[in-house]
Amino acid sequence: MNSRRSGRPADRTLEFLDVTDLADPLLVVKDLHTSFRTGRGTVHAVDGVSLTVGRGKTLGVVGESGSGKTVLARSIMGLLPTRDVIRSGTVQFAGHEMTTMAPAQLRQVWGAQMSMIFQDPMTALNPVVRIGRQITDSLRLHLHMDRKEANATAVELLRSVGIPSPEERVRWYPFQLSGGMRQRVMIAIALACAPRLVLADEPTTGLDVSVQAQILDLLEAMQSERHMAVVLVTHDLGVVAKRADEIAVMYAGRIVERAPTRTLFAHTHMPYTRALMDSIPRLANPSGTRLQAIGGRPPDLIHPPKGCRFAPRCPYAQDKCRESDPPLRTAASSDHVFACWFPLVDRVSADGSATSSASAVDREAPSS
Amino acid sequence: MADERKLHSPGVSSLLGIFPGQTPPLVVAAALADPPVDDDILAKRPLGALFWFALVWVALVAILAIIANWLPLPNPNHQNYAAINASPGIHHILGTDDLGRDLLSRIIFGARVSLVVGFASVAIGMVIGGTLGLISGFKGGRLDIALNAGSFVILAFPAIVAVIAIVAFWGQTLAKITIIIGVGTIPIMFRVVRASSLAFVNRDFVIAARTLGATSTRIVFREILPNVIPAAVSFGLITVAGVIVLEGSLAFLGLSVALPTPSWGNLISEGTANGNLSINPYILMWPALAMFLLLLSINLIGDRLRQRFDIREGLL
Amino acid sequence: MLSYLLKRLAQLVVVAFIISVLVFLLVHLLPGDPTVSILGGNVTAANRQILLHELGLNTPLYHQYWIWLIHALHGNLGQSYLTHETVGHVIATGFPIDVELIIISQVVAFAVAIPVALITSRRPNRPLDNIATTGTFGLLALPPFLIAPILVAIFAVGLHWFPATGYVPFSQNPASNLHDMILPGLALTAGSIAVYYRLLRSDLIMTLQEDFITMARSKGLSNRRIMMRQAFRPSTFSLLAVAGVNIGALLAGTFIVEYLFAMDGLGYSIVQAVQQRDYLLVQGIALVVAIAYVVLQFIIDFLFTVVDPRVTRE
Repeated sequence: MNSRRSGRPADRTLEFLDVTDLADPLLVVKDLHTSFRTGRGTVHAVDGVSLTVGRGKTLGVVGESGSGKTVLARSIMGLLPTRDVIRSGTVQFAGHEMTTMAPAQLRQVWGAQMSMIFQDPMTALNPVVRIGRQITDSLRLHLHMDRKEANATAVELLRSVGIPSPEERVRWYPFQLSGGMRQRVMIAIALACAPRLVLADEPTTGLDVSVQAQILDLLEAMQSERHMAVVLVTHDLGVVAKRADEIAVMYAGRIVERAPTRTLFAHTHMPYTRALMDSIPRLANPSGTRLQAIGGRPPDLIHPPKGCRFAPRCPYAQDKCRESDPPLRTAASSDHVFACWFPLVDRVSADGSATSSASAVDREAPSS
Repeated sequence: MADERKLHSPGVSSLLGIFPGQTPPLVVAAALADPPVDDDILAKRPLGALFWFALVWVALVAILAIIANWLPLPNPNHQNYAAINASPGIHHILGTDDLGRDLLSRIIFGARVSLVVGFASVAIGMVIGGTLGLISGFKGGRLDIALNAGSFVILAFPAIVAVIAIVAFWGQTLAKITIIIGVGTIPIMFRVVRASSLAFVNRDFVIAARTLGATSTRIVFREILPNVIPAAVSFGLITVAGVIVLEGSLAFLGLSVALPTPSWGNLISEGTANGNLSINPYILMWPALAMFLLLLSINLIGDRLRQRFDIREGLL
Repeated sequence: MLSYLLKRLAQLVVVAFIISVLVFLLVHLLPGDPTVSILGGNVTAANRQILLHELGLNTPLYHQYWIWLIHALHGNLGQSYLTHETVGHVIATGFPIDVELIIISQVVAFAVAIPVALITSRRPNRPLDNIATTGTFGLLALPPFLIAPILVAIFAVGLHWFPATGYVPFSQNPASNLHDMILPGLALTAGSIAVYYRLLRSDLIMTLQEDFITMARSKGLSNRRIMMRQAFRPSTFSLLAVAGVNIGALLAGTFIVEYLFAMDGLGYSIVQAVQQRDYLLVQGIALVVAIAYVVLQFIIDFLFTVVDPRVTRE
């Protein structure tokens, strides 16, 4: 499944080793910057992001709209417009450096090794192409199947994502399906060639809550079946709370806190993360409880403010926060990094009891 | 998707109207428009130099046509048998035709016909058709339905038959032809202005004016009209080009302004007759060049105007 | 499906009827009558009356129309007063000429517009695109009566590659016929190229911004494949609609080209017929053109349902 014939003689065919032979981690992003030149100035959408994803693991990337999370996902993949884009940093995937690849090589990776689930299935599916064709395109391209085989595989894929009567529906058009169905089709397309890494960009936005859960369950099931790594991008912390191994919180193009899920919830450091948690409506709360929104608006990414970017909206901001930008530092556990001068754990821990201060060591976290 | 721009097959209403054999101006206007995408993708079109050439050419032609009588030109119909088919030279800057008539003079005088018919008839169409369209779009109701249906039928009619017939009937003078064609452009102007004003009628500022007690007339002319004018003017210019072509086609067949008044269509026709093409290609070449440049210029100007005012083609 | 067809058929009949009435009224209300052209020098009041009576032209208008209608429904469109050719014959020889001219012009238009649009839409406002845009304006400034003489001057008179006038009927000699039709066909094509190119380019530019194109890229599909298979088809809708309108306009307007290239197509025939008050000829040709136009619209609508799966046949 991982062999491929070389295309034109000039292309260097990439060799992808079998999954089990790979050393962890699968994806290593170091200091990724992505900016767009626009008429109004240069937008620094991704401003120095580093993260890793192990094989078979799930990383959740959480942030408001405008935080740069979608651009991050596309940047990792390399799926950016060709003009007026500046990108720097490294993206190591399965032993290959993505940022220096030629387009032909990227096309060998896309769909086959790394794929993306897009946010809005109504616009991401070609409205005038049957959904079967949209699946078999990748199958025939990367796995070199003939039409009959590809078609049969497409039917099976549709069945596995829970679409009833797939033999019939494989010939349908996207507009004939409901929102939830379309999203399932998107998953089927993304998973068709069994990629090692799937970037899921807001896969459940706009769906009913019950359907959301189904879709996420489906993704999880497929993931464990195929030992796939997933980067789950969302604005909803609740979505990743149960399903991610690690969560990275993004704000204004940067990661402001990253930790294994349990640690993040137990020892939240960054006020922004706390605010995100607080804004999740809980069933347990009495009805009529006010939703806690985060006041203010995301910062201007063309001319970001001096100092901490969250400071204008942070209830705990001090002068130091507005003066200088807090660097990413390591917390008590080495897999937990955050960027805040006055992290929450210094004040009050999750269960409300006071803890000793000085728990944050003033040591630059290694950029990992 | 291409939803915004979907020109669904208009069924019976053909937009044929008065422009047979040409791409209808409405279609031209829609085609020239830029797609509604971000500016970053479609940087401003660099039409700078060409646009100024266009403006200069139209102005030049217009001025020459106006002051023609006072220019030191030989009479355009004066046949000088001593200088038949003369090449361009000092005495006849563009040469002469097979009857010894000075080509430059004929072209300048002929420009009058094209320009007058072009601009005046579109002006007629815009004033009458446009006003009707404004009112109809604003008032709605039965008047609107009636006018709309009427313009439908008129546009579906092979109008060339009507134009030829009426010209033959009424007479081939400049004024009459201008009026006939002008009346012929009324339905299309009506539809364009009506569609444009419909887009504004339900906007907040109109409703606001209403609640402030403004009378209908005031609203129509103070609120809606200024918003409709850019689209109408830009489309009008493209229609001018279409009318100039129409008149040229008629003149080519001898169905426009009666000879001996020169008109560019006539001149081009003469250029192909009697084996002139092989003997003296200049007879064809100069008027053809002049007309080509004029049409080019008008379209460029119309397009630049449209760019400036950012017209979207929701005009159908 | 059946009700759809019936509905369109009804539309066809209604339009044909209305147009025939309007045309009838128009030509009959003009001053003059065919007697002048027929009698030529022998026009006296008496002769005219006799002729008018013979031709049935001094009965009330509604009566004349009724006679015409009855005959038309039986397939008899009458004769030309001047040449005594049956109207049917004129149409049978003239209509194919017009159709062929239009087909040639449209084939050339699409053959030029589509590839250029596919190429330039990927890099809008780069040099190649700007050259194409300038070319577009140039083409729009070359209407048939302007470009036909130039084509004749260069290719017929100058290079002797093609004939300046005349043609051989298709049934006689297809190759020769096409050869003769090329110049007149080209004369009709300039405006179409310009408009089809711009529209397709615009739509392609818009389509290329859509999410599903990015998604197609993310599957690893090549740019060329994306262009041809994913981007092209949704971008053709405007083109299809405009082609319908454009061809309709051409249907009514081939007379310049016919005149210049001495072809007896319907365009020039109807112009002459109006001038000579050859009523029956005018009626017949106008009817045929109107019917042809409605059928064209029908075909375009049908093609829409084929090309865009979201459009259902109602």
